[in-house]
Amino acid sequence: MSRSNPHLTPDHEAFALAVRTFVAREIAPHVEAWEEAETFPRELYAKAADVGLLSLGFPESLGGVPGDVWYRLVATMELARAGSGGLLAGLMSHTIALPPLCALGSDELQQRVVPQVLAGRAIAALAVTEPGGGSDVANLQTRAVRDGDEYVLHGSKVFITSGVRADFLTVAVRTGGPGAGGVSLMLVEGDRPGLHRTPMKKMGWWCSDTATIFLDGCRVPASNLIGSEGLGFLGLMHNFNGERLGLAATAWAFAQICLEDAVAYARERQTFGKPLIQRQVIRHKLVDMAMRVEAVRAMVFDVAWQVEQGLEPVAEVCLCKNFATEALEFVAGEAVQILGGAGYVRGARIERIFRETKVLSIGGGASEVLKDLAARQLGY
Amino acid sequence: MKILVSAKRVSDPNARLAISKDGKWIEGDVEYILNPFCENAIEAALQLAEAHDGTETIAVGIGDDETARFIRQGALARGIDRGILVTADEAEIDSDLIARIYQGLAYREKPDIILLGKQAIDGDSNQVGQLLAEYLGWPQATFASKIDIEGNEVIVQREVDGGLETLALTMPCVITADLRLNEPRYASLAGIMKAKKKQLDELEIDDLELEDTDAKVEIVGMSTPTGRKAGVIVKDVDELLAKLHNEARVI
Repeated sequence: MSRSNPHLTPDHEAFALAVRTFVAREIAPHVEAWEEAETFPRELYAKAADVGLLSLGFPESLGGVPGDVWYRLVATMELARAGSGGLLAGLMSHTIALPPLCALGSDELQQRVVPQVLAGRAIAALAVTEPGGGSDVANLQTRAVRDGDEYVLHGSKVFITSGVRADFLTVAVRTGGPGAGGVSLMLVEGDRPGLHRTPMKKMGWWCSDTATIFLDGCRVPASNLIGSEGLGFLGLMHNFNGERLGLAATAWAFAQICLEDAVAYARERQTFGKPLIQRQVIRHKLVDMAMRVEAVRAMVFDVAWQVEQGLEPVAEVCLCKNFATEALEFVAGEAVQILGGAGYVRGARIERIFRETKVLSIGGGASEVLKDLAARQLGY
Repeated sequence: MKILVSAKRVSDPNARLAISKDGKWIEGDVEYILNPFCENAIEAALQLAEAHDGTETIAVGIGDDETARFIRQGALARGIDRGILVTADEAEIDSDLIARIYQGLAYREKPDIILLGKQAIDGDSNQVGQLLAEYLGWPQATFASKIDIEGNEVIVQREVDGGLETLALTMPCVITADLRLNEPRYASLAGIMKAKKKQLDELEIDDLELEDTDAKVEIVGMSTPTGRKAGVIVKDVDELLAKLHNEARVI
């Protein structure tokens, strides 16, 4: 990535190298076993904090290290090299759980939660999606009713990354009437009575902890309200662009890995007396893959640059995420095809990436929802 | 306490190197890394500084602007306090001159400990620490696998053939780091940001007023290793044993 990105400085490259070393030392040797075990060790959070992965992009006053969008891209790219989207999502779940808190929460709440999460001593998760609706945040059903100095929460959440073992959950609840204006965000500690969590089994992202959550009369102090009532949707908006750009960058990194692995295999694999890479049908496949990888790279860089300029490229981020995930579906499919049986058995990175393509075009705003949003933004 | 520590860049061992036309150096788009043994030395310096308040750590690199980048990102970003770049053409310096440069820096900075990697993984000479201790007349402990400070003594465990040797050195002294000394920390994001503002002085060899700046080693030529010869398939164990005995002469 570094050589093809004109925006990177030696400092970005130094961080990339540190993360690459971290991935090679702490993740790559174990990721297969973690995937099969459907978890990864909690200690990995503290190790990731040591290299600065968790503090990146958060305010210094809360233990963070501000960094521009390129640091985030570098981090995503290097973490993706381990070839496990589940690990990336789980390890970095605080990047969607904390921004609303940092933007709207009281100082006391921020200081109580954010520093220990950024230090890797606590895990944070965001709980928005419900069984009755995914991207339709404005219609969520979980209710929080004020009772003296407390709120009482009733409802359920699904597909919550890091949900089972999170120490802190940023939960979207309805405190007011219907629509987006009635939605608030509440911080719920993992050990609150009335909070029940169960793990979900998935097509991919095996090592990621994904939870179904039930809130059954769960009581939290009123001071756990993030900002004031009705600001939930505003808080969540702080996530959208960062999360979607991150998913686009992940898709691009995975596509790049698929291409690299396919090329390496095609060079080695002999069929009917010739290396596979000398077969025109395979060469053309590789070129079609490379073309998409390059196009996604250019688009991700361009949108990231717009974000860095302080523009708010909402439509562009939607297009970018959809384009990147569609490209990955193509590239991963072709990569598995080129590897044949070797790409179908467990243990190959691309086998896992192939299983993970779908979650990227569903999570963080399903492709269809993003298309609708883009159409509105573009005035169509 | 003051610790001077080495930060030498080396060509990436995984890189494919090309030999220059005159056959005496490498060329092309060479990827570099920080010498792994220097990483151990840096980590040791940081651990000593953390354990002993008021310790100043200084990283030294010899080379050009690229070397400065390794001082900043490999040493200062990990927590070393400041850096010194001695500008030189890496193709024209040998182990002896490097030792003399460190000698000059020792007179200038007056450190209590000079911590070096036991060798650089490019030239693999393993000479600088030993030469430096001799020139300074300081005690030395090479291949350190453990370093502790007790009073004015440094207790160093070193890896020697057949076991471990423990030495007590009086300061000032020279120590070279082995791989098992520690596990180097990452240059963290916060460290990278802080390193930008740290002091990095630039010196020329002439500034050190060395008595002898001649290179003692002349590179006569470089060549790539010869390719591996094709193997043979033996019929049975007897033939294998015969070949190992008569041709390879290993049994």
